[in-house]
Amino acid sequence: MKKDIILAGVGGQGILSIAATIGTAALSTGLFLKQAEVHGMSQRGGDVQSNLRISDREIASDLIPQGKADMIISVEPMESLRYLPMLSPEGWLVTNTKPYINIRNYPEMDKLMAEIEAQPRHIALDADEIARQMGSPKSANMVILGAASPFLDIEYASLQDAIRSLFRKKGEDVIQVNLDALEAGRGFTTDKLNNRA
Amino acid sequence: MQKLLLLGDEAIAQGAIDAGLSGIYAYPGTPSTEITEYVMHSKEAKSGKVVASWGANEKTAMEAALGMSYAGKRAMVCMKHVGLNVAADAFVNSAITGANGGLIVVAADDPSMHSSQNEQDSRFYGKFALIPILEPGNQQEAYDMVHYGFDLSEKNGIPVMLRITTRLAHSRSGVALKESRTQNEIRLPENLRQFILLPANARRQYKHLLTNQAAFISASETSPFNKLTDHKDKSIGIIACGLAYNYLVENFAGHEVPHPVLRIGQYPLPEKMVRDLYDSCDSLLVLEDGYPIAEELIRGFMNNGKPVKGRLDGTVPRDGELNPNIVARALGLADTRGRDIPAIVSSRPPSLCKGCPHIYSYNALNEALASLSKGRVFSDIGCYTLGALEPFDAINSCVDMGASITMAKGAADAGLVPAVAVIGDSTFTHSGMTGLLDAVISKSPITVMILDNATTAMTGGQNSAAVGKIEDICLAIGVEKEHIRILNPLQKHHEENLRIMMEEIAYPGVSVVIPRRECIQTAARRLREEKKKQETSKAQA
Repeated sequence: MKKDIILAGVGGQGILSIAATIGTAALSTGLFLKQAEVHGMSQRGGDVQSNLRISDREIASDLIPQGKADMIISVEPMESLRYLPMLSPEGWLVTNTKPYINIRNYPEMDKLMAEIEAQPRHIALDADEIARQMGSPKSANMVILGAASPFLDIEYASLQDAIRSLFRKKGEDVIQVNLDALEAGRGFTTDKLNNRA
Repeated sequence: MQKLLLLGDEAIAQGAIDAGLSGIYAYPGTPSTEITEYVMHSKEAKSGKVVASWGANEKTAMEAALGMSYAGKRAMVCMKHVGLNVAADAFVNSAITGANGGLIVVAADDPSMHSSQNEQDSRFYGKFALIPILEPGNQQEAYDMVHYGFDLSEKNGIPVMLRITTRLAHSRSGVALKESRTQNEIRLPENLRQFILLPANARRQYKHLLTNQAAFISASETSPFNKLTDHKDKSIGIIACGLAYNYLVENFAGHEVPHPVLRIGQYPLPEKMVRDLYDSCDSLLVLEDGYPIAEELIRGFMNNGKPVKGRLDGTVPRDGELNPNIVARALGLADTRGRDIPAIVSSRPPSLCKGCPHIYSYNALNEALASLSKGRVFSDIGCYTLGALEPFDAINSCVDMGASITMAKGAADAGLVPAVAVIGDSTFTHSGMTGLLDAVISKSPITVMILDNATTAMTGGQNSAAVGKIEDICLAIGVEKEHIRILNPLQKHHEENLRIMMEEIAYPGVSVVIPRRECIQTAARRLREEKKKQETSKAQA
């Protein structure tokens, strides 16, 4: 088993909470892991990414080879496209559609969505809206992770356990909200896959 | 055994704690900052009374570490690559004095300049100082090399450099820990003149260092971190330093590399191993992150041996960080790069946070200078360097820590009057104070804006040595009291701030303007922590 994942977003959006959840789940099942992060200047509202590699064998490189990533998980639509050179021809693009606009020349939304729709394997959802409707706007990242979960090759229960362990200090309510967000994202993807089939 | 998931930086810190560290000194700098922060937050380090402190700059940190080594205890000093330029005087001379307690100098290089002004290779500094260098290839080695490095340092009485790059510093992986060992007791050098670099002593010490070179090379020949692996296809032999080895292995995922490979993790280069590889292969390929230091050594000036490929002949790009695809191309393997980035994707540079005090300082400064020709603002290194970007376009230089004040002085000497320097509080106490003294002595017509957000913000909000001291420092240096002005950088004070800036810019001597408001990131963190404390004390009551 090997999953190479690019996590993408804008500095401050908290992509590392997704990485931490996948990482905790992977380690609990005895997998190897490497995770290259971006620290420093780019964290101030710039584009950020993390290379997350999981495998049942020892991993050599901290960086995923270009064109070999199994998945791009992005919490921002334009950022999801920045890493296409990394994605394998069979890879999945899972992205939030809620734009984070902090630059003047942000592309027009319909053109942006057309590029995303043009990707052969993609899941695009407004995770912010789904999280808001659930009354927990802060858990949009867990909605995105849920939407990516069917492609992860990690037991869903392990992801749930990881959320329980990471949010333990914050109390039962916070744990449940995040579990629900994960479930909602997963539901979106399974619906889409079922409709396609 | 349970492995800990650690950043390369954190692995070094945990390695140091477990290897009997007594003191760690540093000035924050990406990608080295997390090493010292980890020790500061470690309960083990606290219970062992390990000293962990930020110095005013890398030079003071290096000297404090050398002092602890003099006293016989194990010390580590951490800095980013350009920080080593600041510490260079102490660093190079520490090789002449030698170490007493184990001394490790961590230099964190930043190839591809993710957060830096250049991509200089610290291995040149190690070679220049004639000391051993360790270069880990993964997080486990980063951990193991600290223990090994302290032993190497104490056995040979020499500081050891641990050279890492951004990729390892900021990448996580599982690390298995060793049993921890106790710290050293105080034990001064047997010869109390060892650290006195008067010429007569220094000559003796230098000869001793030169004599030791053979021992350093021989340590490299037998090092567990240098390994020559033979393979069938001898059309090319590969030398892979540090992380480069991983990118090489990645390209043969699951299979052995078909060529002989010399993996390097310890310098000086093991001459015999390099010779053995060279003799057995038709050509060599050198893969190293940073400058082509190994490649230059092997190729030599005459370059009349077998072909040596690498960064110098264009087989590998001359600049920038390595990655698996660059190595694939160097080996003639297929490049797997995926689809191109669609043209509609715009670049998204970092920017000042919403509500950042610097925004209001730059808005006022731009307006204060609007009637003058452009190109007279010299800036420095910190978040405020983002004033170079839109919408501010407010600064004209960023060179090295403290250069804003002295460059403004030089430009004013040349006739560019008024000239303005923009520097942060922490950068001011790092390397700005001496330059301000120069300007005061010359009565230079410059205005120095010290943007005081009470923290070292860019690296994540470490304590700033300047807090509460800036006016006193400026007064003591000789800036006139009536030309030290404090502002509150908020929109509602804009007119007043503008007036004060214009008054001081018009003053034909040294003036200091201090826009002062806490960094909004550290302020938010402080409020969160205070709230948490209140809640805990409420719960306890």
